[in-house]
Amino acid sequence: MIIDRNVVIIGAGPAGLAAAVELSKSGVDGVVVLEREPYEGGILNQCIHDGFGVIKFNEVLTGPEYARRYIDEANKLGIEIKKNSTVISMSKDKEITVLSPEGLLVYKTKAVILAMGCRERTRGALSIPGARPVGVFTAGVAQNLVNIKNIMIGKQVVILGSGDIGLIMARRLTLEGVKVIAVVEKMPYSNGLARNVTQCLEDYGIPLMLSHTVVNIEGKERLKSVTIAKVDDNGEPIPRTNKKIECDTLILSVGLIPENELSSGAGVELDELTQGAIVDENLQTSIEGVFACGNVLHVHDLVDHVSSEAEKAARSVITYLNNSYKDHDNILVKAGDGIRYVIPHTISGKKDVTFSMRVDRQWSNIKLCFKNGSNLIKSFNYKRLSPSEMVVVNLKGTDLKDIDGLEVSIDEV
Amino acid sequence: MKNFFDVIIIGAGAVGCAVARELSRYKLDIAVMEKESDVAAGTSGRNSAVVHAGFNNKTGSLMAKLCVEGNLGFEKICKELDVPYKKTGKLVVAFDESDIKGIERLMDAGKKNGTPGLSFIDADAVKKLEPYVGGIGAMLSSNTAITNPFIYTVALAENACANGVKFYFDNEVRGISRKDGKFRVSAGGEYYYSRYIINAAGLYSDKVSALAGDEGYKIYPCRGQYYILDKRTSKFLNMPVYPVPRPGIGGLGVHLTPTIEGNILIGPSAEYIKTKSDYSVTQDVMKQLFSEAKELLPPISMRDVIRNYSGIRSKLVGPKVGGFGDFVIEESQVVPDLIQLIGIESPGLTSSIPISKKVRDIIGNKENLVEKSDFIGERKGVLEFRQLSTEEKDRLIRECPEYGEIVCRCEQITKREIMDAIENPLGVRTLAGIKYRARAMMGRCQGGYCLTRIVEILTKEYGIPVKEITLRGKESKLFTGKVK
Repeated sequence: MIIDRNVVIIGAGPAGLAAAVELSKSGVDGVVVLEREPYEGGILNQCIHDGFGVIKFNEVLTGPEYARRYIDEANKLGIEIKKNSTVISMSKDKEITVLSPEGLLVYKTKAVILAMGCRERTRGALSIPGARPVGVFTAGVAQNLVNIKNIMIGKQVVILGSGDIGLIMARRLTLEGVKVIAVVEKMPYSNGLARNVTQCLEDYGIPLMLSHTVVNIEGKERLKSVTIAKVDDNGEPIPRTNKKIECDTLILSVGLIPENELSSGAGVELDELTQGAIVDENLQTSIEGVFACGNVLHVHDLVDHVSSEAEKAARSVITYLNNSYKDHDNILVKAGDGIRYVIPHTISGKKDVTFSMRVDRQWSNIKLCFKNGSNLIKSFNYKRLSPSEMVVVNLKGTDLKDIDGLEVSIDEV
Repeated sequence: MKNFFDVIIIGAGAVGCAVARELSRYKLDIAVMEKESDVAAGTSGRNSAVVHAGFNNKTGSLMAKLCVEGNLGFEKICKELDVPYKKTGKLVVAFDESDIKGIERLMDAGKKNGTPGLSFIDADAVKKLEPYVGGIGAMLSSNTAITNPFIYTVALAENACANGVKFYFDNEVRGISRKDGKFRVSAGGEYYYSRYIINAAGLYSDKVSALAGDEGYKIYPCRGQYYILDKRTSKFLNMPVYPVPRPGIGGLGVHLTPTIEGNILIGPSAEYIKTKSDYSVTQDVMKQLFSEAKELLPPISMRDVIRNYSGIRSKLVGPKVGGFGDFVIEESQVVPDLIQLIGIESPGLTSSIPISKKVRDIIGNKENLVEKSDFIGERKGVLEFRQLSTEEKDRLIRECPEYGEIVCRCEQITKREIMDAIENPLGVRTLAGIKYRARAMMGRCQGGYCLTRIVEILTKEYGIPVKEITLRGKESKLFTGKVK
């Protein structure tokens, strides 16, 4: 069965919902949101801790509460959200095949907003050596089991990776009576938000072992212990620093990967570094009429930025539906010294642009510089920048006038 | 009478299950004793899944003879039992002149072993077949195929079960004695009696043999480690590609093998180990495996790795002696009516049906085997929804809405398939059991999406208590209980 729509949004998580609400409030009809879960809200549903909405609503909300704001709005606006509907493929002509208990449907649409979010990096992908016991979980799975399925996963836990999910789970498990023995982090600094290190580890006396990693997993049927080792500046284990920690559970918080299987199936060009789509200042991908926002574009730390990015994608869709984008952005945005990646990848130089980026290491007292060749267009001073905190900067079209190239870099003050 | 059988088979690997299926054609009461919680728990579930053509086995050996025979009959058995099978062919690639000599040796051996379909092809032909692999020439073995060894073993077992064979899991054999002219097998706290014992215990076949009174064997475990690569690499490899074996020269001689689902396997390595259950993967071997694999297939990267695993070979020759050790397929010289299947390493999977026929012959020489008139020759497995056309998918969902719910997102496995896997005829209820039967949890996210959903199905739809959910049975429990 083929159904025509103006806009298909894949995912009713925070990105998809914000985009849908923005489209609807602007009077766009023929919008459908496709969600594979039986409920909207995406990953926010299992994020029962608070800290969401500080920027967007000036409030401190839990994940479900933040999601509820958008779900209620969407329901009030009468937005069509199809739940239990899994998109199994997307063609380059924007034909979207969906599986649901009602059957197999194909949507033919003018525009697509990709909002599929992320998946987690696994033990297998890291090739952590050792035995194959049960008791190794990725942090998101552990969070889902504990918070939504009401299932407890272990009694003595080691967490590998000090990203936000790992830190949040350290606190969560501690609050449920589990002994969190240590959080082990390969880098010399934590990968999570500073406030999470304080509120999840320091406040609970959980040791953070920086510059360490897990080099072996032991246990026959259930995990018995892990061996950790100190690592050098290249992340390589230093010989004779091995230490065994007895535990029955290892939680991995070792990275999120944008879930772009559908995108690559359609031929959307992906950035090898972000693993998300290559986009222009309108968040349009290499396929006309296909836009990306939220974690599927690049991994965010704050859902507030996800919502803003999604709203921007929605506004871009409106422009696209009205008259299509005539000019293609042709100014390449380069990630210079100190910058790991910057989005968007190309700009027109004629409009205001929101730049989102991450730095490549911890920096103090620096200038974030936007340059056209050797000309400094604009710079921003920062006391502290960390890879774990995404930097969002707005530049005006007037700032970008007449440039033929753009490089973002860190200059020491 | 309960617990009284004509034949007890010890070990539910590919060979044990093949024997079970073969013997279930006849009017015999048969039981399979398996110490783990499912079939294919040992080497049968941890290999390259290749149906070998037989050129790489010592001329005149049982291995060579049965491998060739098994290869020729494999497609038929897969059709009967609804097992995936793909005749991909295989390339053994030469990179220098001494490799070319190696190929000549292999072709010669293949000819002597009766392997059909061997030919030498030049560099251009190699490029046409495998554009990403280099080489100055190769031997093409057209008869080599790939299959799914879990489903193969499951299918044999389910068909045997449909024909009356009883399977006892978590039933390790602890003692074998004689009582009233029969074998008395002690397992799982009970006694089982039989006239024949088939020792198909793989890595532990020496132990079982000794329990029965024949102490003449020692198995040396030799581990092989593997990488599994993401399906997005399937475009780089069409068929198994092996470098020419270079005896005496260092390196692992790394193999690249596509799987029937579109992943690529790198490996196996080969290292003798002390403990038969040490399935660890080790840093040094993994590093070497990958670097050799990348030489053979340059476009792959570590980013493509989704998992590692290892399997352990049952070798009859130890590290110091080295050299060749043939299959042992015979009635014990010490214990009558004990049929020994020892040292079944590669090409054990390929040879499994011919091995089972040899077992039948050994028994058939001692007594008259009467065929069942109602033998069920075919078996159907879990329907692979992902293979259907769009129209078929739509029609199936309308008939059965449970096909409209995706549980394993990476591999597109539906709720109905998961339920069919859980409702399997052998009664296996482990997560690994579901994984092998339905393919769930085998994708790039390694259960990140589907584990919680499968757990929900097990607890909500099948009433299995949270504390009893295991990966592979026994103490491999995932959870400690409820949070509240």
